[in-house]
Amino acid sequence: MALDSGYGVNDFALKIATVNGTGSASANGLLLQALFRMGIPVSGKNVFPSNIQGLPTWYEIRVNKDGYTARSPDFHLVVAMNPQSYARDIQEVASGGWILYDSTRELDDEFRRDDVTFLGVPLAQMCVEHFEGSRARILMKNITYVGALVALLDIDMDVVKGMLEEKFSHKKHLMDANYTAIELGHDYAKAHFDCPLPIRLETMDATGGQVMITGNAAAALGCVYAGATVGAWYPITPSTSLMDGFTEYCKRFRVDPETGKNNYCILQAEDELAAAGMVIGASWMGARAFSPTSGPGISLMSEFIGLAYYAEVPSVFFDVQRTGPSTGMPTRTQQGDLMLCAYASHGDTKHIVLFPADPKECFEFAVAAFDLAERFQTPTFVVSDLDIGMNDWMIPRLEWDDSFTPDRGKVLSAEELEKAEKFHRYLDVDGDHIPHRTLPGVHPKGGYFTRGSGHDKYGRYTEDSDAYVEVIDRIRKKIESAGDHVPAPEVRGEGSRYGLISVGGCHWAVLEARDDLARRGIEMDYLRVRGFPFNRAVEDFIGAHERVFVIEQNRDEQLRKLLTIETDCAKEKLTSITYYGGQPLSKGHVLAGLADHVEIERVTVETSS
Amino acid sequence: MSYIAKPVARHPKMPVNALGLTPRDYEGAMSTLCAGCGHDSVTAALILALFQLDVEPHRLAKLSGIGCSSKTPTYFVREAHGFNSVHGRMPSIAAGANAANRDLLYVGISGDGDSLSIGLGQFCHVIRRNVNMLYLLENNGVYGLTKGQFSASADIGSTSKGGIANRQGPIDPVNLALSLGATFVARSFSGDKDQLVPILKAGLLHDGFAFVDVISPCVTFNDHKGSTKSYAHTREHMHEVIETDFVPLRAEITAEYAEGTVRVVKMHDGSTVKLRKIDDDYDPSDRRAALDYLGESASRGEIATGLLYLGEAGADMHALENTIDAPLVGLPYSTLCPGGAALAELQKEWR
Repeated sequence: MALDSGYGVNDFALKIATVNGTGSASANGLLLQALFRMGIPVSGKNVFPSNIQGLPTWYEIRVNKDGYTARSPDFHLVVAMNPQSYARDIQEVASGGWILYDSTRELDDEFRRDDVTFLGVPLAQMCVEHFEGSRARILMKNITYVGALVALLDIDMDVVKGMLEEKFSHKKHLMDANYTAIELGHDYAKAHFDCPLPIRLETMDATGGQVMITGNAAAALGCVYAGATVGAWYPITPSTSLMDGFTEYCKRFRVDPETGKNNYCILQAEDELAAAGMVIGASWMGARAFSPTSGPGISLMSEFIGLAYYAEVPSVFFDVQRTGPSTGMPTRTQQGDLMLCAYASHGDTKHIVLFPADPKECFEFAVAAFDLAERFQTPTFVVSDLDIGMNDWMIPRLEWDDSFTPDRGKVLSAEELEKAEKFHRYLDVDGDHIPHRTLPGVHPKGGYFTRGSGHDKYGRYTEDSDAYVEVIDRIRKKIESAGDHVPAPEVRGEGSRYGLISVGGCHWAVLEARDDLARRGIEMDYLRVRGFPFNRAVEDFIGAHERVFVIEQNRDEQLRKLLTIETDCAKEKLTSITYYGGQPLSKGHVLAGLADHVEIERVTVETSS
Repeated sequence: MSYIAKPVARHPKMPVNALGLTPRDYEGAMSTLCAGCGHDSVTAALILALFQLDVEPHRLAKLSGIGCSSKTPTYFVREAHGFNSVHGRMPSIAAGANAANRDLLYVGISGDGDSLSIGLGQFCHVIRRNVNMLYLLENNGVYGLTKGQFSASADIGSTSKGGIANRQGPIDPVNLALSLGATFVARSFSGDKDQLVPILKAGLLHDGFAFVDVISPCVTFNDHKGSTKSYAHTREHMHEVIETDFVPLRAEITAEYAEGTVRVVKMHDGSTVKLRKIDDDYDPSDRRAALDYLGESASRGEIATGLLYLGEAGADMHALENTIDAPLVGLPYSTLCPGGAALAELQKEWR
């Protein structure tokens, strides 16, 4: 693999290899944020082990002046800080690229390559000389390589120092130490290398209206803005930070100023089953309640999800997908739960599912999910993934319309119940398949029995075929009608023979691949699915194209299968392009997949990792 | 089971409570359990307790899991909100519901299969969480709906209807509740309404998790000779160690008790519970002593009954979570949503 000719100013990717548990995350975050503050489009992907301390971990940063933020595995620079993974890390840098390593210990000859430039910086030695205590020395080593990168890549030193001042304004000794470390690295690189490298940065003005945040934090904030008061959960990677975020924002926005008491309740359950039960119990009472989890949690919650579906209890679940099946690779990403969420639980069930593609949509879809759950009185899923949920993303600044009123659905008030002659929970009074609902304790006429066992439209237990079928048919129609209310698909282009369909975090790599093809004269229209049941625009799009490629991150072509099950389109039209190795999708995966089916020039692309 | 609909006519002399309601107003649908089922007696006692406490029917939330016992919420207080959930998972529904609306009265009905096998985890954790509710375990040692398999509360040596002896050790829910820190732990017998009603009333008013294990024989699958959960066996081996007298707030205290034998406990509404020792060795305010005593009495084959432990209520789920005193469901959206300006301000930190 060689560097293509396009690299250079504000257009390259680098990879930092460290040991987990050594504080490299904050150094890498500092680096990412500095580039963002220089106004340059940037994305960061944390590739970490399911482990607390001592295993290899990587952080990838892509800088792209044109705003492409999908993962790019063509690394021009590798910061090799972990001798455990030297062999692999040094192999990963593209020919003609650079390797920054800690030269305190000389590099073994076996790692040497002739086609790359080795930049040795005695990081450990400098830290031993300048800092006291082993912990400080380990931590500062990370900041020191950032200092070296400041010189090598021409990062704006004022930006970096400004960030350190903000971060450590109350801890002067830490600020001083960080300053020292940055300068050590910087000065060493300046003195020993030809700085900056051909891959370097120039201040731009492309991130002005943007913020940088993870999908989980944005989703958590969406729950706060949606008015959720009860969150129940069981810790699981990669969804834990969603509840951490909810806790943080609730502490900030939801503590009653007079009493110091909480306008929310967060319950850490004994398992995901209980978490789902708590959500359903709280929703039954009329609270907006949710649970963040990942695929294994959805498996456990499935029993309760069926109950909520059949008893028509609104409930919101976030599935931050990780690599399955079973425990799988808990710290790698995938889109393996599409089918699971669409049809979770035994018997005939089907659910509303929203697919955000970035943290902005995590925020917006979180709000939408509560509205949909209450409007349709049913479990609603927001399905993101580890890449969206845990990595920092550059997104347009979030907006909020203060005139927003949540849609609580057909909940009868005490006044309405007072006037009503009689209330029957499952009766289709309005002819739109959605029955009226009451909240416990509101009015004596509102009482009803919620049950997962067979019930008729009056809410009574039944084992009668017709009475059972009447209710279960109405629920089917109710869920199907939600297709017009889930977020409509994003569609780009029209009139091409070829269509592309993708979902969730695939979006960014697909956009980049599509632009790449367009530059080579191959036009493909594109649709990104954002909700399930599918909006009718999805079927129309398939109908309008001769051939449609479905790009998704799972082995079993789950989106393609859902499209064939849930639309009337001809099965032969749809071809899947899948990648499921656990890394975020890159342009290369899409182009390589398409090249198997369409006459396009084969380009050398990285598809292995 | 009965096939006729319940008549709605009521006797003019039927008692009326402070809300103007009669015990009939606390009834529900006709029971479909077997004639003579212990669970129906428990339901009857519960109806009486709720009636006597003047509970507003629509302010009651009644929950259950799956099994014969879990069917019973249909059979009392028809105007209440019921939730017949899934097997062994009622505690989590109750916890979530209580988190959202702390102002309702929560009664959870479960069985030995529901609480001690499939739902053992949730049972333990609802105790630890101290959810403010009355938790009734209708305990018959057997799976009725699936035709007579032993449950986890079946004693060693107790025989099935087919004559097979159980060989696995039982899980004693009273022991479990005590060791997990429950502050109200009682055991009673479906055949002893005089004992059960005051215990249920005290449990309903207890400020925190109140656990009542009721031996409630299964007439169809576990009422034969050789069963240790039959009516005959329970009557013969039941030993009331503590007598419970419930005195509602309004009632004048008339009964006189010899000093030193009675412990008076105030409930949070101002009512009192009087616990009179029958067994001199027993102290219902000493958790460790209660555990020791129960262990010994069980080894003698005795079934100790009564309000076996009543401690200080302690921090319930809401106190532990520091939630507001009012129900969360009552909060207006304007209080919950931080608004556009706060969002803009927050995002300055995301730069």
